[in-house]
Amino acid sequence: MAASREDVKFLSNPKIGLKHKKYCRFRKFGIKHIDYKDADFLLQFINEQGKLLPRRITGNSLKYQRRVATAVKRARHLGMLPFLADLMK
Amino acid sequence: MRHYEVTFIVDPVLSGDEVKSTAEHIQNDLKGFGATIIAVDEMGLQQLAYQMNKRSSGVYYSIEFGTIAADWLVKFELNLKRNEKLMRFLTVKLDKYGIKYNDDKRNGLIGKRKKDATAAKAEELDAVVAAPAVVDLDA
Repeated sequence: MAASREDVKFLSNPKIGLKHKKYCRFRKFGIKHIDYKDADFLLQFINEQGKLLPRRITGNSLKYQRRVATAVKRARHLGMLPFLADLMK
Repeated sequence: MRHYEVTFIVDPVLSGDEVKSTAEHIQNDLKGFGATIIAVDEMGLQQLAYQMNKRSSGVYYSIEFGTIAADWLVKFELNLKRNEKLMRFLTVKLDKYGIKYNDDKRNGLIGKRKKDATAAKAEELDAVVAAPAVVDLDA
């Protein structure tokens, strides 16, 4: 029995069709300062190779993306984050 | 008064006393230039993310200080550069949010909240895993 497109959608994960609006977590939660010494926090903004994730994925506003980038660069200088890595997560 | 923060890494090969005296020497240097020391954060021995001068760990210190005139900062950084016991250092100026952040951190307002957030996230993940995904293809 061939299920229609609507049925398939219902039987699989119902969240598939929903679009979640991305948001800037710094604006939403009122975080005004990004600490370059907090490597665990900055880990959310880099990928497995230690590269910065784009705004497209993190949803940061331009202002805070720039600050995240500065903080990550400072953390790299101080040896808290790697310049390059393999499978760091 | 402007607030600055200097973070530096001391060579881990030195003995505990030598590491402490190095940090104290830097504080005295700052005082000599006329700065007021607001807080000293001893972050202790930490693993480095990559090798630095053939060392894989370092002793971290972070000193927040305030000063009215900052024309001596270049000289201060030159002293740090000449100090062979240091592996690396970074001096940054703090804006008003940075000052508030450091204040909150000292009063224990920041670390705690973050722990709660991660715990909540873990619970959320558990809930997602626990919910059985029933997909009946024959229906």
